[in-house]
Amino acid sequence: MFDYETIRVIWWVLIGVVGIAFALTEGFDFGIGTLLPFIGKTDLERRVIINTVGATWEGNQVWLVLLGGAIFAIWPAVYATLFSGLYAAMLLVLFALFFRPAGFDYRSKLENPGWRNAWDWALFLGGTLPPVLIGVLVGNLILGLPFHLDQDLRTFYDGSFWALLSPFALLCGVTGLLLTTFHGALFLKWRSEDVIHDRAVLAVEFLGPMLIAALSAVMLWVFIGIDRPEITQMAGTGAPSNPLHKTVVGNGAGWIEHFMQYPWMWSAPLAGLGGFAMAWWMGKGESRMGAFLFSSVGIVGIALSVGFALFPFLLISSTDPKSSLTLWDASSSHSTMVLAFWITVIFLPIVLLYTRFVYRIIWGSVTEAAVLKDSHTLY
Amino acid sequence: MFGDDIVMLSRMQFGLTALYHFLFVPLTLGMTFILGIMESVYVMTGKEVYKDMTKFWGKLFGINFAMGVTTGLTLEFQFGTNWAYYSHYVGDIFGPLLAAEGWMAFFLESTFVGLFFFGWDKLSKTQHLVVTWLLAVGTSLSALWILIANGWMQHPVGAEFNYETLRMEMTSFADVFFNPVAQVKFVHTVAAGYVTGSMFVLGISSWYLLNKRDIGFARRSFSIASAFGLASILSVIVLGDESGYTSGETQKIKLAAIESEWETHPAPASFTVLGFPDQQNEKTDFAIKIPYVLGLIATRSIDEDVKGLKDLREESVQRIKNGMLAYGELQKLRAGDTDPATKQAFDARKADLGYGLLLKKYTDNVVDADAATVAKAANDTIPKVAPLFWTFRIMVACGFTMLFIFAMSFYYCATRVADQKRWLMRMAVWCIPLPWIAAETGWFVAEFGRQPWTISGILPTHMSVSSLSADQLWFSIGGFALFYTVLLIIEMYLMLKYVRLGPSSLHTGRYCFEQTAAAH
Repeated sequence: MFDYETIRVIWWVLIGVVGIAFALTEGFDFGIGTLLPFIGKTDLERRVIINTVGATWEGNQVWLVLLGGAIFAIWPAVYATLFSGLYAAMLLVLFALFFRPAGFDYRSKLENPGWRNAWDWALFLGGTLPPVLIGVLVGNLILGLPFHLDQDLRTFYDGSFWALLSPFALLCGVTGLLLTTFHGALFLKWRSEDVIHDRAVLAVEFLGPMLIAALSAVMLWVFIGIDRPEITQMAGTGAPSNPLHKTVVGNGAGWIEHFMQYPWMWSAPLAGLGGFAMAWWMGKGESRMGAFLFSSVGIVGIALSVGFALFPFLLISSTDPKSSLTLWDASSSHSTMVLAFWITVIFLPIVLLYTRFVYRIIWGSVTEAAVLKDSHTLY
Repeated sequence: MFGDDIVMLSRMQFGLTALYHFLFVPLTLGMTFILGIMESVYVMTGKEVYKDMTKFWGKLFGINFAMGVTTGLTLEFQFGTNWAYYSHYVGDIFGPLLAAEGWMAFFLESTFVGLFFFGWDKLSKTQHLVVTWLLAVGTSLSALWILIANGWMQHPVGAEFNYETLRMEMTSFADVFFNPVAQVKFVHTVAAGYVTGSMFVLGISSWYLLNKRDIGFARRSFSIASAFGLASILSVIVLGDESGYTSGETQKIKLAAIESEWETHPAPASFTVLGFPDQQNEKTDFAIKIPYVLGLIATRSIDEDVKGLKDLREESVQRIKNGMLAYGELQKLRAGDTDPATKQAFDARKADLGYGLLLKKYTDNVVDADAATVAKAANDTIPKVAPLFWTFRIMVACGFTMLFIFAMSFYYCATRVADQKRWLMRMAVWCIPLPWIAAETGWFVAEFGRQPWTISGILPTHMSVSSLSADQLWFSIGGFALFYTVLLIIEMYLMLKYVRLGPSSLHTGRYCFEQTAAAH
């Protein structure tokens, strides 16, 4: 039905869709975790904040799990290289995520204030560390990772954890955190009233300009200060997946040239910056849903910017350019991709439908009175 | 190729984190179904007590579910972090199964679990019931997909090696999905989960009954658990026997090791009930045997023989020699040999390529291994017998003990005298750990028994690991040990606290501690 080249492009788009869904939904969950100890002063206020995402964070987290599973299925070599190469970083993300299920579910099961306070900080870590680390990871995707493949296609990582923390990558980490926190503040503003609502607006007002400044700095740095590799010869876009069947030079035409080559790609970074600017502008005022939607446009724009910038690369090797993985030579087999495509085409709409149903059922502002009324059932 | 310590540490980490995850999964599988049953009774009869039962057992389920989610994340990460070559080599088959699990199961259970807890006042009775059942279906679907993936590791069908991409690729999804090993494993495992949930509810209800508190609530919970538990344990045992049969077809070595069957005896083979396996001298001391039984279990006949370990090892020698040739041809193909004869020769032997890879543990140059090295590799295909022999028997003993408990409970419930059988209730309380012991030993038999392979006959374990250092592994093992220990203590504390509180934790004013409080 689809030739190999087409299905490879389709899956590049679909994995983008899953990644964007993860950033949009888990993004505000992370942000709520980061904001929790600061916006919530009393136990009751904190319970209000937690319960704005209490019924839905678990479903949102599946986008992350699915992102991992989809990369495993569609780009096995990427999954293998990324997860084993960035071993310590991946485990830190995982350990940080450990704080969340127990944090949400166990926190309000005991009355003890020390217990509850400890879980609040656990939720803070669980919401703060992952976006920082994922930001650092995205920075390193642009910079390229030090890895090579041997003739059996076994992947070897030639760097260390600390080498990931370059100034550029750290800037990306800070940007990631600003992004989720800003997005989370807008979500909280949407679903709360009174004092928490007001504090969320303050956070939006404060974080917006910082986020836009950080994003601009990242973009400028990419366009001016980082080399972009270039494929000089490859087996073909429909050839069997073997990354070693190509030649790549480490510094080809730059990132600006890449965007110039496909001018429509500029729409992505513009949507990113523009979306967040609008979200900030509207978020300072009365807008609830509108501001959140613009923040979502911003996230989509930024995610697309990263995808477009790397295309056709998935993982750039900084030490052995020909080992770089691209969507043409790191994918699974044709039939597996088609199979996974049909599974996705059937289940993606179903998942979206029932997720929408759940959000509709639980939707509405969470108030202190509501938390007190259901004190023994709510988080 | 890699130091034995890397392989050993990677296996240790995977084994510990998977066994740990498997402490929470069976209870989730069972509890969601029991919640569905309880709530169905509530919706049909309108009796509030069944709603309270759904809510209270739901609280305990929630405490457990959070841990299942936490520890499940680890496994999603771990194939990539620690088994990178495995991920590359079989990602084409294993990956889509995990992705399907995400689409069909994880989303379903994770999206509706929130509504299960917080949707009581926001949904109609029937809507909430549907949510609970969707949660139950989601958890069992999750088991379906992961066991199809695991079944493929035990009995890899519907896939072949592609020399151009240097990995296994799926040739038939239908073969992978309808893999008989996977299907049997699925039913055996989910039923074991239902048994776990039933034993949990049965034991705790018995404890309330023994303490003469919340009698009506506990009695109803007890009867639901005894009926559901009896049906489930029967499926576990019947399907366990069925997995003995299928593994007789496809995993003869594992079966022979479980039975400590060193020699091939004339058919029909007898079943070794007890004995002491002696790996060094390759014999079983003090064996107590029942004639005919193993032959019946493994071959469903009395005239086929069941191969012993020594003969199976001889078969491995032949396949290793064949695998060496396949590896040599693969090297030629990889170097750019386009002669169709080479390709043809490789295709003829590639089914044994994995056996050739067993030699990689001893020599990088697989093609010129000497007879001694081949013998060593062949010996590796025979797992350590004693651990398999004993864990299998522990699992079976737990299973039959629970069969007894559920059968008696069900009988006494049906004759309405269960409350008077204090010995049975005491036994039910003490036997709460049995399903966990059975599940963990069962997992061990399945996975340890597959060694030295991650994918039976295709990919050896020592090839599958990531290119890591021992320091990195100690860092991660230390992290898991720390997090998992602290979380387990917290979880057990909360679980025990809520078990003691019982339905009073719902604050309805109808249960034991609230009534005493009201009387004062």
